[in-house]
Amino acid sequence: MSNHALLLDRGNLKRRNRVNRAVEVVSTVAALLAVAVLLIVVGSVVSKGIGALSIHFLTTPAGLFGDTSGGISNAIAGTAIIVGLAALMAIPVGLLVAIFTSEFASDRVAHPVRFVLDLLNGVPTIVTGIFVYGLIVVPQKHQSGYAGAVALAIVMLPIVARTAQEVLALVPGTLKEAAYALGIARWRTLLRVTLPTAAGGLLTGALLAVARVAGETAPLILVCSIFGQGVLTEPSEALSSIPVFIFQSSESPSPEAHTQAWAAALILIAFVLVLNVVARAFYSRSRKRMGA
Amino acid sequence: MEAGALSNPVLRARRNRIDRIGDPLLRGLSGLAAALAVAVIAGIVYEVTHLAWPAITHFGIGFITTNDWNPVTERYGAAPFIYGTVVTSGIALLLAAPLSVAISIYLTELAPNRVRRPVATLVDMLAAIPSVILGLWGILVLGPFMHDTVEPALKSAFGFLPIFSGDPSAFGYLTAAMILTIMITPIVTSVTREVFETVPGELKEGSYALGATRWEMVRQVVLPYSRAGIVGATILGLGRAIGEAIAVAQVIGGATGINISLFHTGSTMAAQIAAQFQGAPGALQKPSLAYLGLILLAFSVIVNLIARLIVQRGTLKDTDITPTEVEAL
Repeated sequence: MSNHALLLDRGNLKRRNRVNRAVEVVSTVAALLAVAVLLIVVGSVVSKGIGALSIHFLTTPAGLFGDTSGGISNAIAGTAIIVGLAALMAIPVGLLVAIFTSEFASDRVAHPVRFVLDLLNGVPTIVTGIFVYGLIVVPQKHQSGYAGAVALAIVMLPIVARTAQEVLALVPGTLKEAAYALGIARWRTLLRVTLPTAAGGLLTGALLAVARVAGETAPLILVCSIFGQGVLTEPSEALSSIPVFIFQSSESPSPEAHTQAWAAALILIAFVLVLNVVARAFYSRSRKRMGA
Repeated sequence: MEAGALSNPVLRARRNRIDRIGDPLLRGLSGLAAALAVAVIAGIVYEVTHLAWPAITHFGIGFITTNDWNPVTERYGAAPFIYGTVVTSGIALLLAAPLSVAISIYLTELAPNRVRRPVATLVDMLAAIPSVILGLWGILVLGPFMHDTVEPALKSAFGFLPIFSGDPSAFGYLTAAMILTIMITPIVTSVTREVFETVPGELKEGSYALGATRWEMVRQVVLPYSRAGIVGATILGLGRAIGEAIAVAQVIGGATGINISLFHTGSTMAAQIAAQFQGAPGALQKPSLAYLGLILLAFSVIVNLIARLIVQRGTLKDTDITPTEVEAL
C-alpha cells in the first residue's frame, strides 16, 4: 500500500475531491443501473404478461403446436410434479451431506466433500442434462418426468448442502455441548437440538434451491420436453413445464405465442420472487434466534 | 417426562440400545449421502465421455480446432462454439467486474443505512430471475434495443474496428454478452460486497485519519485488501457465464461459424447443445454435442479450480467465495 501517495497529493485537495466525487457518482449510478435493470425486466414481464393472464390461461392445457388458444395448466402441473420430486430427492440428501461434513467427518474428509459440492455447483446445468440423458433417457428410450426430476435434483443438491452446512455451523456449540454434557447421544442431540435450532435457516436453503430450479430450463430441454397433449400427471411420461413452455413459445415467430410466453413468465417470476422473499424472512428470523 | 423415563432402568436400557444403533446409523446414512455427491460428479464425467465416445474416436483432439458444423457431411468441430463462449463470457466479464466493484463500493461505503439493505436485496433479486425469462426479455426487448440504438451508436463511433463492423442485428454475440452481464453482475457483486465487508474498520479509519478521501481510502485499503476476493468472485461469475445455455441460445442467433463482428450471430458451446441436442439426427451429431459438453465441463472445472487457487493464495484464506445463496442475505 503506497500511503506516500497521500502525502504527495496533499496540495491538490480540489482535484482529489473531484476524483472522489466522480467515483461516488459512478458507484451510485452502477447501483441504480442494477436496480433499474431489475425493474425494467420485471416491469416488461408484468406489463406484457398481465393482459394474457386469465382463469382460462391458468386452467386450460396448451393447444397443439402453433395453437395459442390454450393455456398452461399442463405446464403448471408438470412443474409442480417435477420440482416436487426433485425437492424430495435433493433436500434429504443435501441435508444429510451437510450433517456428515459438519457433525461426523474430520476436516480431512469434510474438505474434499465441500470441494466436490463446489465442483457440482459449477457444472453447467446443460451438462447435467446430458448426464441424465445418458443415465435415464437412453436406457428407457424415452423422456420422462422422473428424468427431469433427477436432473433438477442434481442442480439442487449442492445448493441445499452448502446452505445447510453454513446454517449448521451457525448453531451455537454451547447448545450441543450442553446436550452432550447431559449424556445425550449424538444423533438425539442432532434431531432434538441442532436441527430444530437451525430449522429456519435450513428451510431458507431449501426454498432458495426450489426457487432456483423452478426456472431451470436447460436440462429439461434435453430430458423432458417432448410431451403429449392435455394435463399429464404420470412422471414416467414426459411432462410439460413452465420454463420449457416459455422457451418454446419464445422461439416461435408468432406474437400470440410471445404474449403467452410473457404471461407464463409472469407466473414463474412471481413464484420465484415470492419464494425468495419468504426465504429471506425465515432466514433473518432464524439468525436472530441463533443469536448470529 | 424424559427424566422420569430415564429413571426407569428398563427404558434406560432400551434407550442405550437405540443409541448404540442411532449414532452409527446416522453416520452411515450421512456418509452415504456424501458418497452419492461424489458419485454424481464421477458419473457426470463418465456418462458424458461415454456419450461423446464415437465423436472422440472419430474426430480426435482436432475437434477442438475444427471450424465447421455440418450435419450433412457429418463434419463437426468445436472452434466456432469455443470462440463464441470465450467472446461472450469475456465481454460479460469485462463489463460485470467493474460494475460489481462499483456497486459494492456504493453498498459498503456510500449508501445510507436505510437504503443499503433494500438496494442489496434488489441486486440479489436480479440473480433470482430465471435465465429463460431473461432470454425472453432479450429476444423481445433488449434485442430490438441493441439493433436500433446501441449497435448503430457503437458502429458510428467505433465502426473502423472490425468487431463493430457489419449490420446491427437484434441477435448476436453482443446481445448474448449483455444478457450474460446482467446474469453475472449480481452474483459477482454479492461476493465482492461480502469481501469488502471483511476489510477491518481500523484500516479504513487509519486511512481516513491520514487525510484520504473516500476514494483514496477505497483504492489504498479496500481494493488491495480484497484483491484476491474480487478476482475469485469474477472468475466464479465467468464460470456461470460459460455454462449458461438457455438465455444465450435464445439471443445469440445460432450461427455455426466464427465471425469477428460482435453484431453477427453465433453460438456458444452450451447454447449449441441446448439448441440441437433434442433433434440431432446425424449419427455423429449427438456424440459431437456430448463432446462439446465435455469440453464445456472441462472449461467450468478449470475456471472453478483457478478461482479457488487465487482465493487460497490471497489473504482471505477463510473467506468462502462460492456464493451459496444464503450468504447474500
